[in-house]
Amino acid sequence: MVNKVLIEKAAGVLLVKSAVGHWRYQRLTAVVLTPLTLWLLVFLHKALNASYAETLGWISSPVNTLAIIAWTVLVFYHAALGVQVVLEDYVSNIELRHKAILATNLVFLIFGLVALLSIIFILLVR
Amino acid sequence: MTANNRPLSPHLQVYRLPLTGLISITHRITGVLLSIGLLLFVYLLFCIAAGESSYADMQALMASWFCRLVYWGFIFALFFHLCHGIRHLLWDIGETFAPETLNRYALYELIIAVVFTLIAFIIF
Repeated sequence: MVNKVLIEKAAGVLLVKSAVGHWRYQRLTAVVLTPLTLWLLVFLHKALNASYAETLGWISSPVNTLAIIAWTVLVFYHAALGVQVVLEDYVSNIELRHKAILATNLVFLIFGLVALLSIIFILLVR
Repeated sequence: MTANNRPLSPHLQVYRLPLTGLISITHRITGVLLSIGLLLFVYLLFCIAAGESSYADMQALMASWFCRLVYWGFIFALFFHLCHGIRHLLWDIGETFAPETLNRYALYELIIAVVFTLIAFIIF
């Protein structure tokens, strides 16, 4: 059986308890994500067009590795913070709102982890 | 103030939004769509990790017209969200609140997002 408390705890990892903290982290992640957009664009371009070896070579170069890992961590956090605000504004039922926020946080956490593990796997195994 | 008497976000259906309002809600919509689009990012990384044959399958799938449409929609949404995000950061440091700048900057954001998407389309 799935441990309900554990799931709620995991979903709460991305939850910022104070409004000021939420505001600050949303801006901080935005500022750092802005220049990293360049790396995202090159990564997408490589992934869709380049040969396997070329894409692997690109990801393995230290600066690119760092940039893509930073983008991944920050973007899922930024997305979780953003969707939380949208849910707070448009889901009027408080209980449903809270559950929706926890659920989306959990989804972002899982996909963020899958992305990170994929990057680590690419670096170590491929 | 009771729980159901608290301020609401602006109603979207009741009146015709000015350009600034349209840009504002588009920022949110692109934010949500980009969040969903992150699935695509995870999918790409997963296929690279899974090996050369899954990588080739992924590239073949992404070459379909539908996937290319979604992909370039994602890129445009990204540039738009980036442009209006920077506008928000400017507002956060107390700049560009003057009424006459609002429509002009909104237009700049749209134009820059379109131009950047076209540049990316030409380069890539």
